[in-house]
Amino acid sequence: MRSLKEIVKSFMLWELLVGLKLTGRYVLSKKITIQYPEETTPISPRFRGLHALRRYPNGEERCIACKLCEAVCPALAITIESAPREDGSRRTTRYDIDLFKCIYCGFCEESCPVDSIVETHWSQYHFEHRGENIMTKPMLLAIGDRYEAEIAKARAEDAPYR
Amino acid sequence: MIDLLIALVWIVLKILLIALPLLGAVAYMTLAERKILAYAHVRIGPNRVGFAGLLQPLADGLKLFFKEIIIPSKANPVVFVLAPIVSFATAAAAWAVIPFDEGWVLANVNAGLLYVLALTSLGVYGILMAGWSSNSKYALFGAMRSAAQVVSYEIAMGFALVGVLMAADSTNLQDIVLRQQGGLWHWYWLPLLPLFVVYWISGVAETNRAPFDMAEGEAEIVAGFHVEYSGMSFAIFFLAEYANMILISALASVLFLGGWLSPFEGIPVLGSLFSFVPGIIWFFAKMAFFLFLYVWLRATLPRYRYDQIMYLGWKVLIPVTIVWIVVTGLLIEWRVAPWFI
Repeated sequence: MRSLKEIVKSFMLWELLVGLKLTGRYVLSKKITIQYPEETTPISPRFRGLHALRRYPNGEERCIACKLCEAVCPALAITIESAPREDGSRRTTRYDIDLFKCIYCGFCEESCPVDSIVETHWSQYHFEHRGENIMTKPMLLAIGDRYEAEIAKARAEDAPYR
Repeated sequence: MIDLLIALVWIVLKILLIALPLLGAVAYMTLAERKILAYAHVRIGPNRVGFAGLLQPLADGLKLFFKEIIIPSKANPVVFVLAPIVSFATAAAAWAVIPFDEGWVLANVNAGLLYVLALTSLGVYGILMAGWSSNSKYALFGAMRSAAQVVSYEIAMGFALVGVLMAADSTNLQDIVLRQQGGLWHWYWLPLLPLFVVYWISGVAETNRAPFDMAEGEAEIVAGFHVEYSGMSFAIFFLAEYANMILISALASVLFLGGWLSPFEGIPVLGSLFSFVPGIIWFFAKMAFFLFLYVWLRATLPRYRYDQIMYLGWKVLIPVTIVWIVVTGLLIEWRVAPWFI
């Protein structure tokens, strides 16, 4: 048997009013929506997005073809071929990353002794044709040139914790 | 002859004066609903089309307008096309007797209350026709549920109206409003509070809105009676639903909240301070309150289970109304001030 108090409570629609109060409070609360194209959520300096190959300030590419990234890559997404350049230094002749294989784990970035291969904070890209998922060396270098300032800033911010 | 023609043109003008703002109100009710629901979800809702999303209903309407109207090959085409028309016609026709201000009524008929009750119940035929003619199991389920639900809640609603009828001693909606003169505490919501609540609950159930939207039940029967409808024919159902919502809100304000009357009537300072506000503004404000309540309830409550709806209708609402009809009778017999002098 329900007690008299409960019957009175249910006829007063008490619980309905409590529920209405809750939703009413949310109606008046501050909205947390991010207006996407104009606003974005803050991105951590450690964010792992599209890859890039960096250069030294004098324009020399950093990569020395040590192939550590190729070895550490768990998804086997990196393919490197190397040969001595005219000046005798060892350089890559081919540096491909298959973005369909890549799992964006960031191991390549961690393994790199010269901070050459990095992952930028850029996550908004798409492909329109088969084969565009393979990022070649010139493409990666171009991305690095384009975002060098942001890449360097993110590295500097994260340096104390590395 | 010419007099007849003038009268005819005049009445058509009056109808347009009610119907066009009604369509506009329906359009912006959809936007308001999306906005309020979004706010309850801590979102901001549509704000891209036009200034602050104000052209959103227009864009929605345009989209529906250009969509193809598909008539299923196994459907009964005549009834299938007729169903949305019946739905909307009944929703729109009921507006004829709603008094917007003193004397501002299209048809000041004496049986206004009965007319409204009849037309709101007729609306279920549109749903039934849609459900049956679609020749689809989901549509049929939706229509059956809706029919059972509307029939059950019609009784509670009718009894709630009996209380108003007893109190006002009239079925003319304008007389009912005039009987409530004298400010906030003279309106019928106070002496008839249980009937007011029951009327509102049955009104929500009658219009098949959450938490009583069993007829639609998108989680279990896809979209209920209008699964097979597309484009403009679907839009007409949508229009009918919202026109019905606005109608129920208007009726609730006329019957229980004193229609166009100012709430501050008879209060020394406030009464004269607000005396410049025209009655129609008060009427619209009361309607807006009820429409907001519709969306607020939708944002708060989950859908009832089918047997719970029937339980609530037959075993709770109807007994409550019967008890309160008796109480109302006693109140009138004892001439309880200030309502029944």
